[in-house]
Amino acid sequence: MAAGPSIDALGQFQLATSLGPVGAAVNFTNANLAMLLTAVLVLALFGYGMRTRALIPGRTQAAAEMGYEFVARLCQDIIGEGWQSFFPFVFTLFFFILFGNLVGLFPYFFAFTSHIAVTAALAVIVFGLSIIVGLVKHKLHFFTYFMPAGAPKLLAPVLVPIEILTFLSRPVSLSIRLFANIVAGHVLWEVFAGFMLIVAAALGAIGIAAGVIPLAINVVLVGFELLVAGLQAYVFAVLTCLYLHDAVHLH
Amino acid sequence: MNPQTAAMLARDIGAGLAAIGVAGAGVGIGHIFSALVSSVARNPASRDQVFGLGILGFALTEAVALYALLISFLILFG
Repeated sequence: MAAGPSIDALGQFQLATSLGPVGAAVNFTNANLAMLLTAVLVLALFGYGMRTRALIPGRTQAAAEMGYEFVARLCQDIIGEGWQSFFPFVFTLFFFILFGNLVGLFPYFFAFTSHIAVTAALAVIVFGLSIIVGLVKHKLHFFTYFMPAGAPKLLAPVLVPIEILTFLSRPVSLSIRLFANIVAGHVLWEVFAGFMLIVAAALGAIGIAAGVIPLAINVVLVGFELLVAGLQAYVFAVLTCLYLHDAVHLH
Repeated sequence: MNPQTAAMLARDIGAGLAAIGVAGAGVGIGHIFSALVSSVARNPASRDQVFGLGILGFALTEAVALYALLISFLILFG
């Protein structure tokens, strides 16, 4: 049996050079353009938001302040002592990923977090930072992190490799979690949109009426994807803070 | 059946089997929110603190479901 019209679900993540001949010369892709837009949006929110510096904030300033306090509270609660040194990094990470996910939700815009290269780079930076912070702060005592206190010494040959493996799986899980969430969301959109077109093409008048069902599902998915965009940025930031807490406090 | 059709058949079956993995995450997420509701019912004042942990737990469990879905997509489209 021949396959029917197939839905090209993964083609939307293809990189293409943007900005015409100038972009093609330096290989400036649509992912790069989306990242630039994200950076501009974050700077606009905080630059213009805090411009007035009123004691009683207007709407944009209140939004900027709420965003700032949210990440500050997160860092303070999770990292604890010495959170101020890591706050700019976690703040940048959180808002870059959040606005990156949100920009990707709009039609004809590109979700750069849907590329494992981007999320892996972010995860490796977080992982590398946690190792460097741990080694600089505790020198060789850092490696006692892999032997949990209070566990019987006899179990050490079993526990330590498991702990090391869990530690090494951190960048893997961090990158794949964000990447898979965004890719899954966009693929679902593409698949249901494809259903809509196939049904409309195949069944004529009834098909167009029946095509409303995949459309309704897509509308619900927009709401779900908004939730996922915010949630995945939050989870990435929380796990970054947790790993930094482990590196700074070693437990 | 020529090798081409057999390969397509096997690919579709493999993708279907890989998607079964998301069932475990469904159970896990239900567990998390059941614990969340129980603990808020016991102590309504702890709602804000417990809610943050609940959402973190939900996202981490959802990640496992998405690993399975990712494998399924890779088999189907990759």
